[in-house]
Parts: sequence; structure tokens; C-alpha cells
Amino acid sequence: MDFPKELRYTKDHEWVRLEGDIATIGITEFAQSELGDIVYVEIETAGQHLGAEAVFGTVEAVKTVSDLFLPVTGTITEVNPELNNQPELVNSDPYGEGWMIKVKVDNPADIENLLTSDAYAAQVGS
Amino acid sequence: MKETPFTAKHIAAGAKMAEFAGYNMPISYTGINDEHAAVRNNAGVFDVSHMGEFIFKGENALELIQRVTTNDASKLTAGKIQYSCLTNENGGIVDDLLVYCIEENNLHAGKAGVYMLVVNAANIEKDWDWIEFQNTNGAEMHNISDRTGLLAIQGPNASKILQPLTDMDILNLRYYTFVKGKFAGVDNVIVSATGYTGAGGLEIYFEDKDGNADKIWDAIFKEGTPKGLKLIGLGARDTLRLEMGYCLYGNDIDDFSTPLEAGLGWITKFTKNFTASEYLQKQKAAGPDKKLVGFEMIDRGIPRHDYRIKDAEGNLIGRVTSGTQSPTLGRAIGMGYVSTAFSPIDSEIFIEVRDKLLKAKVSKLPFVQQKQ
Repeated sequence: MDFPKELRYTKDHEWVRLEGDIATIGITEFAQSELGDIVYVEIETAGQHLGAEAVFGTVEAVKTVSDLFLPVTGTITEVNPELNNQPELVNSDPYGEGWMIKVKVDNPADIENLLTSDAYAAQVGS
Repeated sequence: MKETPFTAKHIAAGAKMAEFAGYNMPISYTGINDEHAAVRNNAGVFDVSHMGEFIFKGENALELIQRVTTNDASKLTAGKIQYSCLTNENGGIVDDLLVYCIEENNLHAGKAGVYMLVVNAANIEKDWDWIEFQNTNGAEMHNISDRTGLLAIQGPNASKILQPLTDMDILNLRYYTFVKGKFAGVDNVIVSATGYTGAGGLEIYFEDKDGNADKIWDAIFKEGTPKGLKLIGLGARDTLRLEMGYCLYGNDIDDFSTPLEAGLGWITKFTKNFTASEYLQKQKAAGPDKKLVGFEMIDRGIPRHDYRIKDAEGNLIGRVTSGTQSPTLGRAIGMGYVSTAFSPIDSEIFIEVRDKLLKAKVSKLPFVQQKQ
């Protein structure tokens, strides 16, 4: 499985790409594969300031529903509008077109607390 | 965990495996939507060897079946199958099952009937104990679950793909009938026009000995693979059955719901006495307080097992028993019990999804038209 080196990861299977103080967030290749066909991504927290590990939305696969956890404290500035009609982008391109939210993070240094690609790969055993 | 004769093949095929009813079973291979579409449009193979099979014989076999099940098995002639329920003393459903008439009961001609009951894997012991407890007239009972393999080959092209593997006419087999004979070089195979998908197709029962499982599996895929036959897991089995409004034991029906509440009045026959038939007859006359209905979401969201169902004022009127995004319709569908007042088609109901009330409407079952 692919866990790009330039991203950081959480134990809950989200990834983070930090550019300046803006973090782009999605779920990992491992997460989408475990969930199976994703049919609905519900994120209604745009504009909200949330703490790390707060639930920012839910992802529904055919058989299951999972909460999405915010990796770092910040304000949600954008939700990927394409997911409304094409939630399957999370399956087909989890690190690209399947991104979920952009967050203006309070403290960019927080990202250092997240897992590296190697540490995350070790956690999921691949 | 128990294994079926095909467990190693599922793992080798890269299936996502999980425990189901004590068995290590394939949940999906290439993805639920993909497998679901393969069955609706062409054909797919499900390993359902975990299901239980009981054989009942002797002059009191039919009498026992009549006493413990809701449907009228005296109507069955050899080669016919019936959908039925086992009930408990309160009228609740112990299990839903199929009754196969292998040899007709004709005591005047000195012939005792032979029947096969096919039960849910999770209920094998419970069903056996409950029937045995009521077997007061000495019908002969055999539990052949552990040595019986079962593959369901479902889809509009399933029968066509399998026909070359047998001399029996399985292409024109009528729904809920079966034939028994040589299939893929294996003797005493039951080929039955039944299934849990509404997509048409067959189910194949065989004795798991002398390499029969491998012979049948290899022959089916040798014939089927060039014709697009796919492996299907339990995930798609669930979405396929839900599109048809078929009940799943443990979700939609259980020991605390009656056949009348579950919409199974059509297999509940008061032409005979059976466990709790008096109580059920009273419930039928009075009308049940709650009914199992199908519904489609109007607001966006996906109903799941155990979500609350409410009315427009927010009063609790029932619970969701099954729900999913329908791969065929691309819309969210579900089933659940509601107070009888809300059971008519088009009734407006609300599903509580993560503290929000989402609008839905009661709809006709099946959600997708049956092909058989």
C-alpha cells in the first residue's frame, strides 16, 4: 500500500498535508480499502473551529459508517465539493481528488506530533 | 472458527474474510458494488456452506414439520420447496427456513415422506434443540449440516452457465423446485431454483466427501470464468437481499417478532395447528401493533440497523432493522418495524441519523424487480 512520505498520519487513518498553515486532510489508502465502496461523505463542520481528535464528519461505506477525526486543532475552511456527487473519489484517489477538508491550523508545529509514513505503515502492518 | 469446504479457496482468491455465525467467511473479493452488479447483470457464486441442513424421515416426519412450522408442508409434492418459519410458544420467529420435499408422504400407499429443512447457520443448534424437544412422536431426525456443501450461483445467466455440467434440465427449473442427480460428475447433488438475491439462479447442495467440493468448484469455474462468472461475498449477499426486501434473521426477524408483524402472513397457514398458532390467529384478527416495512430515504443519509424511527413530531414509532445504499438504485433504502398506523405505502417517517431527523417514506417491496 502507498503511504506518501511527505504526508503525516493519525492512528485513526487520516492523512495530513501541511502547506504553510493550511492542512489538507483525507483518509488513507488503508482506510478506504478497509471501508470498501464509499457511498456518502457527510461533513457539516465547515467554518467551525475544532480541537484535535474532534469528529469533523462521517464517512459511509455500503456496510459501515465511520467517524472522521480532526488530526490537528484549527478552523475548517473548505470541504471538497466533489465528494458530494462522487464519494467514490475517496476510494479511487484517497491522497488526491479524494481529499476531504482544508483546515487553517492554530499551531503548524502540532503536525510534528503525528505519525510519519513509516510509523503509520508499521501500525497498519504493511 | 469453523471452515467451509471452500475457505482456503476464498483466502487464495484474496477475499476479505470475517467471522460469521462461527465460520470464517468471505465478505468481499473485488468490492460490494462490483460484486452486486455482477449478480444483477450476469452471474456470481456464493459459498453458503455454513447454512444448516436437517433430514426428517419416517411416518411422523410430515406431522412433526406441520406442528413446528407455519407454512402448510402437506401441500408439498416431491421436488417442491416451501419457505416457512419455526415459531416459539409466544409466536416469535425461532428461524426462517426452506422445506424441501425429497419424497412425498403417502401413508395410504405405505410410503413415508423424506424432507430436508435448510436453516440459518447461526440457528442450527437452537432449531435442532427446539424441534427435537417437540418430536414427541418419534420422527427420524438427522443433522447433516457439517457434511453438506452449498453453493448459490445467482444471476440472470446462472442456469445457462451451469446447464452443460449436468444432464438434468436445470435451465427450465421452476422457481422453488429442485432436481437431484449427477452434477459435474458428482452423484446425489440437489440443484434447486432458489436463492436470496432475486436475480434468478440456482443453489447446489452436495455431500462434502471424496473431493466432491473441489470437483464441483473446479467444474463451475471452468465453465463460468470465460462467461464472466464472479465470486461474491456476504457483503453483496446482504445488499442483494435487502433490495428484494427479504428478511435477514437476527436483523429483521427474531425470537421477539412474529411472522404476521414481519409481513410473512403469506407463509402462516391456519389450516393446521402449529406452535403458537392460536396466539397468531388472534393477532391476525386484532391486527398487529407493529409491522415490518420497507422505506426509501428522501433526505440524504443512510439508515442502519437499530437507528430510531420517529414521526414528524419526534415521537418514537419504531426501529430500523436493515439499511444500506442500494447499489442498483443509487439511493438509500431500509427496512424497519413501525407502529401499524405508519405502515401504509407512502407514509412519511423520519430516521434518526446522528441526532438529526431525516425524512423517508414507506415504500413497496421489493425495491428492485425480481427476475425469476
